Amino acid sequence: MDLKKFFINQNSKKQLKILTCGSVDDGKSTLIGRLLFDSKSIYSDQISQTKFESEKYGTQGKEIDLALLIDGLQAEREQGITIDVAYRYFETEKCKFIIADTPGHQEYTRNMATGASNSDIGIVLIDATKGILDQTRRHAFILSLLGVNHIVIAVNKMDLLNYDKKNFDNIVHLFEKLSKNFNFLSKRYIPMSALIGDNVFSKSKKMPWYADETLISILESFDIDKSSIGEEFSMPIQWVNRSSSDFRGYSGTISSGKININDEITVVSSGEKAKVRKILTPDGNAEFSFENQAVTISLDKEIDISRGDIITTDLDKIKIADQFSAHLIWMHKDNMLPERNYIFRFINSYINGKVTNLEYKININSYEKIAAKSLELNDIAYCKIALSKPTFFKSYIQNNQLGSFVIIDQFNNLTVGAGMIDFELRRSSNISWHDMTIDKKKRSTLNSQKPCALWFTGLSGSGKSTIANILEQKLHQLNKRTYLLDGDNIRHGLNKDLGFTDADRVENIRRVAEVSKLMTDAGLITLISFISPFKSERRMARDLFDTNEFIEIFVDTPIEECEKRDPKGLYKKARSGKLKNFTGIDSDYEIPLTPEIKLKTVSKKPEVLADEILNYMKKNNII
Amino acid sequence: MTFNHLKKLESESIYIIREVAAEFTNPVMLYSIGKDSSVMLHLAIKAFAPNKIPFKLLHVDTTWKFKEMIKFRDQTIKEKNLDLIVHINQEGVNNKVGPITHGSKTHTDIMKTQSLKQALNKYKFDAAFGGARRDEEKSRAKERIFSFRDTNHRWDPKNQKPELWNLFNTKISTNESVRIFPLSNWTEVDVWQYIYQENIPIVPLYFAAKRPVINRDDMLIMVDDNRLEIKKGEKIEEKLIRFRTLGCYPLTGAVESKASSIEEIIIELLESKHSERQGRLIDSDQIGSMEIKKQDGYF
Repeated sequence: MDLKKFFINQNSKKQLKILTCGSVDDGKSTLIGRLLFDSKSIYSDQISQTKFESEKYGTQGKEIDLALLIDGLQAEREQGITIDVAYRYFETEKCKFIIADTPGHQEYTRNMATGASNSDIGIVLIDATKGILDQTRRHAFILSLLGVNHIVIAVNKMDLLNYDKKNFDNIVHLFEKLSKNFNFLSKRYIPMSALIGDNVFSKSKKMPWYADETLISILESFDIDKSSIGEEFSMPIQWVNRSSSDFRGYSGTISSGKININDEITVVSSGEKAKVRKILTPDGNAEFSFENQAVTISLDKEIDISRGDIITTDLDKIKIADQFSAHLIWMHKDNMLPERNYIFRFINSYINGKVTNLEYKININSYEKIAAKSLELNDIAYCKIALSKPTFFKSYIQNNQLGSFVIIDQFNNLTVGAGMIDFELRRSSNISWHDMTIDKKKRSTLNSQKPCALWFTGLSGSGKSTIANILEQKLHQLNKRTYLLDGDNIRHGLNKDLGFTDADRVENIRRVAEVSKLMTDAGLITLISFISPFKSERRMARDLFDTNEFIEIFVDTPIEECEKRDPKGLYKKARSGKLKNFTGIDSDYEIPLTPEIKLKTVSKKPEVLADEILNYMKKNNII
Repeated sequence: MTFNHLKKLESESIYIIREVAAEFTNPVMLYSIGKDSSVMLHLAIKAFAPNKIPFKLLHVDTTWKFKEMIKFRDQTIKEKNLDLIVHINQEGVNNKVGPITHGSKTHTDIMKTQSLKQALNKYKFDAAFGGARRDEEKSRAKERIFSFRDTNHRWDPKNQKPELWNLFNTKISTNESVRIFPLSNWTEVDVWQYIYQENIPIVPLYFAAKRPVINRDDMLIMVDDNRLEIKKGEKIEEKLIRFRTLGCYPLTGAVESKASSIEEIIIELLESKHSERQGRLIDSDQIGSMEIKKQDGYF
């Protein structure tokens, strides 16, 4: 072996990340097995093991069954472990490949989107004997949505159709039709047999009518690195590099363009400008650097930059907004509800936010747009998002690092969704908050009281309204100005358009929370009596108020007791099935874990319980 | 401009390492002295140059490592001016736990898995870097770059967070922790090629030399000190050997080899793909056992 040549060759290899789309039936395992086998990426002992298993379990007679090689690696099947993505590695003379292998059976959209988010090329496997199926339409859609711009349509199992050209042509025709609205940069079709190896690594002799290249040659030929020459330099700040030494630099991975020493950059959040003094790359100090390189940049003067900022040479190319529209992929079994608070993870920041408008869901088989009130696992939708503070971004199509985000549940920290930003909504900058001269403090001074929100939560029939009513009377006697917002009453007016689905319950509470915020702002002691079953919405309400202003009162009555009381006969109706989505019966009540006040109601008079709240208020200097 | 494969891997790893330093309160780098650890450390130094790396290194010492490993470790720490914590399970030492007396399973559990957990709890680390690669073991192929551990350091393969783009979810609840694998996408050849290209120092045991060995259970075991009792019928021979992986010396088999430079190691590695690899029959139990160990808190 010529070592020098070997290292020169190794160093010129480019990296290609590939996603294979297809299920076991399409021959996906066989294809991956073939790629690993023909590229000699498999140790001989693994091959002999597979040969042994092939004779025992294989479907190919004495021949080696390549699918077993991959399936053998998927021990999770026996162990009942569902995985979303596994990665496999092989290399050829020209390239190093990383294959994202996503099992096709369960949670397909979530898995495939995960794999696609980090892939340059998608291989869409089509079983020639079956033609284009729903799943082909699905694959094309997700690849396009995630911006996998280079695709190969691999028409597999040609051997079973006597390598007939007509079948292939027909599939090409149909795929062209279904993908006409997708913007793939390159699209290549190839007839092949992964099982026999036709047109995978070596040209098939059985299909002289196919003049194009083999699968591997096509993959190697894709120019995946879109040239960012001419684009502005931008870099999100990941880490501020400073210590006791004099050095102060800003570290990050360049998201677009090229930077040279002496270029002038602007910090997007502050508009401050400075010149680049030094560029430190992994190879040491450099005159310039470019997209995708992890660098540390030092500037000619001290300006305020921190993680969460972005620096750029062209301010106009970066958008800043707290509202934008985006495509969303929901990845968790708990539904996404509009107006519920989530944590949004952007490239270098976490920001609270919510979906404000769910415009439509997309049926990924028919591409139809469907109206929706919530999102389930594997749903894809288009929606508007509002954040608690502005962030910088680009549209996903322009830059997938700056245009993507993941959504995290604020309670269990799980990743529940992912999104791709379309464009910013100007609304946020048009409606600005008017600061009034007479503020809450002035109003409460005049009232000589401290305004607050007393938020009663608990099951239907737990005693919320009764206790709140008595408490309001007692406060009134103390000359306190109050207002009581009651669930049933509000549903007769402000919220009469809302029902009892999860999505409507969230909206119900959101409106009530906003109203009680206004009442509190007006200087009143506001009593709010709502079942408010979800911790997310109670948290959302709490977040609207200043510290110590929101007092959560959990009216803790066991459901058996509520059912016994049943003042409105609702439990009876719910038990007989006449009333749907009833909290405690067929809709959840999430118990507050850290309320300010917890009232155990069983065998206690409502007057005593109201006094407990009064005592709390006195102790905390509210009254 | 385009990057070659290694440059892409390098930038990706540096990005991951910086992300951890920025988002976690108390990260640590698990340093096992092997070649992957050497590469990971090299990348961490690059990530924070010209300053020091902003976290400590942790070596979980089983007290059965090759002498040359410990020597290399101490030398590296001194030369590169790093902060190292060495943790030894004192309870295990007091009970004289070792691979020869207690067998591989018990020894690894007590001196490595339990010991690692002790150290992580003791110093309250919320994030720990490891040098594992996805191509080295089947259960790793499906593990995340940011791999979450519950309060008991357990890995739950069924409950992994999806990883999209490079937007890593670093949010954890109290007492949970994360293991981070910056070399996830590197292959064995990539690691060697990078060591060659960057001139990264590695423990000399990776290179072939004449060393005293005995043949035990078809494995060539190096006689590193006098704790290895020579049984009847065994005899110490000087053989030209090297190691492909490094661990506790009585548990690590050597290979006969003439490869005394990195170039020669790479050639040997590439050629081994085409030949029968003696004595490394795939043991299907091994697949499951790594998963079980990981679920238990091992790495």
